[in-house]
Amino acid sequence: MNIFGLFDGLIGMQGSLALNILIIIVKIAVVVGITMLHVAYATYFERKVIGHMQVRLGPMRVGPHGILQPIADGIKLFFKEDIVPDGADKPVFKIAPIIPVFAALSSLAVIPFFEGFVIADINIGLLYILAMSSLGAYGIVMSGWSSNSKYSFLGGLRSSAQVISYEIAIGLSLVGVMIMAGSLSLNDIVKAQQQHWHGMYLIPQFIAYFVFLVAAFAETNRAPFDLPEAESELVAGYFVEYSGMRFALFYAAEYMGMIIMSSIAVVCFWGGWTMPPVITNAVPAIKMVPGIVWFVGKVYFHIFLYYWIRATLPRYRYDQLMALGWKVLIPLALANIVVTAIVKFMS
Amino acid sequence: MNPQIDKMTPGSYIPTDYLPVLIFMMIAVAFGAGTLLVGSLFRLRRPYKEKLTPYESGNPPVGEPRYRFSIKFYIIAMLFVIFDVEAVFLYPWAVVYNKIGLYALIEMMLFIVILLVGYAYAWKKEAFKWD
Repeated sequence: MNIFGLFDGLIGMQGSLALNILIIIVKIAVVVGITMLHVAYATYFERKVIGHMQVRLGPMRVGPHGILQPIADGIKLFFKEDIVPDGADKPVFKIAPIIPVFAALSSLAVIPFFEGFVIADINIGLLYILAMSSLGAYGIVMSGWSSNSKYSFLGGLRSSAQVISYEIAIGLSLVGVMIMAGSLSLNDIVKAQQQHWHGMYLIPQFIAYFVFLVAAFAETNRAPFDLPEAESELVAGYFVEYSGMRFALFYAAEYMGMIIMSSIAVVCFWGGWTMPPVITNAVPAIKMVPGIVWFVGKVYFHIFLYYWIRATLPRYRYDQLMALGWKVLIPLALANIVVTAIVKFMS
Repeated sequence: MNPQIDKMTPGSYIPTDYLPVLIFMMIAVAFGAGTLLVGSLFRLRRPYKEKLTPYESGNPPVGEPRYRFSIKFYIIAMLFVIFDVEAVFLYPWAVVYNKIGLYALIEMMLFIVILLVGYAYAWKKEAFKWD
């Protein structure tokens, strides 16, 4: 905050509303910039990880080990023609890609990256994130409907049914965490986890964590639940008719969604930017490491997990997907709530 | 979280905690719309009829693209509304559960039992079955 003291004399309105807004905008710009860089390199990382898992090299041509590939891809997509097909519902078709990007980016506002750094420490943080992840479904429905294409239509239908089904599982799996922490603020949830020796709800809430992870994979339309964009049958699902920058926005939103879901998993189940007290008490030197290192490391692990599972598991069939969501995950999450509530009451 | 902002507006309540969220939302929309607008200044635009036809594996499109689809999707949508409302009811309960204790526990058990009856009915009616 001391850096921003420089602005005080410059503008001459110390502690004013305008200055506060300026500080907020600078913070948001930093967060959005870093996230976009991560989105770009998440695509590179994915191609590299899956390449090596399949005994290939992945991108190698653009720069050393293909390190500049995401930048080349970005420039290419930026200059590509933006095709709006005949018979498409033009306003809806054009607005649709902005909605998932809006929903994914706005979710970043409440995520605590390290001690004291969160753009908006609101007391309903978790509810806000769930609301934003629901909003993303509008982009899917609108693009699927407005494209005037069979593949888009089928992909949009499948995807919206899948996203809303797994949203219930995600919402219910987080109730266990809410009971234990007694709060919806992500900051409070991280701090509540420090009260335990293990320092992460992953251990008492392992059922909720499992349900959350599976549902998060389905929410972000990732393998093994990537039916909406199954390349071998629907050729990309709801965004098959999109090209150029509008396609890039959908693509970026998917990776942003992965980053957000990984961040939520880290904050709610892995203790956020903290390390378990049992470790920090044994080796006090660990406390010297800045919290952002742990946070980012845990998020990277989850993103790696997405790629690992994509390289390992075959795609689900649609009836299996729906059965898993409704008949397995939701009862599991409900049982977890009941058990958590009873255990909490006993202690 | 910003007490300074409160001082600037005495007598009127502004939920200042949410101000950064609002700004973030505006920036998010500006980011999406901005990249598209700036891109439109640079990119080519050479449409012709074949390019603008919907993609159907290289064949000319056959029939209506928005055809009738399975009733199952409607059922899933209705079930979603019911279960999501239940989930939303659970959030405030979970937050204040510590403070209320046994009463909250019994109340919520009743609530979940009622929910499970509806769930069992939907299962019996094969609402979750896709064939």
